[in-house]
Amino acid sequence: MKKSWDQWTWQEVEIGGVLTVPGTAREYRTGDWRSLHPVWDKKRCIKCGVCWTVCPEAGISEEADGYFDMNDYCKGCGICAKECVTGCISMVLEGE
Amino acid sequence: MAQKMTAGKRVGMEVSIAVSYAVQLARAEAIAAYPITPQTHIVEHLSTLVANGELEAEFITVESEHSAMSASVGSAATGARTYTATSSQGLALMHEILFIASAMRLPIVMTVANRALSGPLSIWNDHGDIMAERDIGWIQIFVENGQEAFDHSVMAFKIAEDHRVLLPTIVNLDGFILSHVVEAHEILDQETVDRFLPPLKPYHRLDPQKPVTMGAFAMPELYTEVKMAHQVALTNSYDTITEVWREWGALTGRHYSPVERYRTEGAKVLLLIMGSLGEVAEVAVDDMQAKGEAVGLVKPRLWRPFPFTDLRAAVAGCDLLIVCDRALSLGGGANPVLAEVRSALYPLAQRPQVLGYTIGLGGRDVQPDDFIKLVQHAQAEAKQGPSQEFYLYGVRG
Repeated sequence: MKKSWDQWTWQEVEIGGVLTVPGTAREYRTGDWRSLHPVWDKKRCIKCGVCWTVCPEAGISEEADGYFDMNDYCKGCGICAKECVTGCISMVLEGE
Repeated sequence: MAQKMTAGKRVGMEVSIAVSYAVQLARAEAIAAYPITPQTHIVEHLSTLVANGELEAEFITVESEHSAMSASVGSAATGARTYTATSSQGLALMHEILFIASAMRLPIVMTVANRALSGPLSIWNDHGDIMAERDIGWIQIFVENGQEAFDHSVMAFKIAEDHRVLLPTIVNLDGFILSHVVEAHEILDQETVDRFLPPLKPYHRLDPQKPVTMGAFAMPELYTEVKMAHQVALTNSYDTITEVWREWGALTGRHYSPVERYRTEGAKVLLLIMGSLGEVAEVAVDDMQAKGEAVGLVKPRLWRPFPFTDLRAAVAGCDLLIVCDRALSLGGGANPVLAEVRSALYPLAQRPQVLGYTIGLGGRDVQPDDFIKLVQHAQAEAKQGPSQEFYLYGVRG
């Protein structure tokens, strides 16, 4: 199994820190430092997709049932909650 | 002009022009530069060579040295053989990009015509500019005369581009004292240089057919490992540097060492200095030895990676080592060369007393007599016990 980058030794670092494969940004889950996250009240959600549209960081994904949820890249900025048409999104502290 | 010259023939020309011919003979493909005294003549002449069709290269005129180094990083990343030159404030303006060039392991070659930093404003020579950039992770070489400037400007490309090295390289030459004087140079012919220096083979390059990411960030879990890899690469570049110098010696008869020695045999007192003042100090050493004084001279040529073993060997057996800096570490007790040399000798069971002098700041002239006075002063201080952490030679008041 490929060694995770946070276990590399200095000998394993590519010369110049060059990344030779594309898409490595996906591995860095930038959402892990958020302090708030959005929670959708599905009873009030009309699946309009405004939250998905206004998210500046592609941190919201559409689920199979047409509802929306945050993904690993949501930083908890709260723009979705502010712009939600029905007011169905509330921002909740991490860990709650 | 360079192609028409015959190998082995010595030609009189300004040292800056000889350096520009070295860059032409090395077939530099990209030159990004901004004019600054006393480096200007080098890139000015290169721009003439490019404009005349004598050098097939992209000459990128930029609006600052920050941009000159940024453009150099970009051009080297595409796999082009890249050259630039600067001095003083220009080098300082490159500061943040210099670390990036070396961390990305891009084999850029740069001449620094060493000049004092402002303020007060001074266009004249000392080593304050390069010493402020000591820790940029580049290979750093000092030359003493025009021929050395030509030789090392060609060799720098071969060292930097070697896949065991892949590090940008600075050739330091003293502003005005070297850059603006006319000296006799042996300019090699193109065929000889082509045989010595093959075309650049990039290790990684920007290529749409094979995309890579250069200059990515590193998390705290990885930054230390990337720095260690850089440190090891720079330290180990010593082997390739000396290998390339040996090859050049076999080709031209001009041999170079990481720490040059001048009449050190049996010398109990040694002067140590980098750059063109080494030749002035040689005259002083000749005078003192003619009077029976056992004073010799060591001249570190390689500043980064620092040649610890060579230095320890060169000063073994002397009682007093007088380290001459051309820069100040204001508020400190040891100027850059003094600090490095003291640190290198400290672990040894047998080590000389080491005294530090800063000389020739901001173009202050240094004559052979100054070295003789300096040695006399150091001997007196050594005898009675040093009265200062270091001495600013010749300062009035």
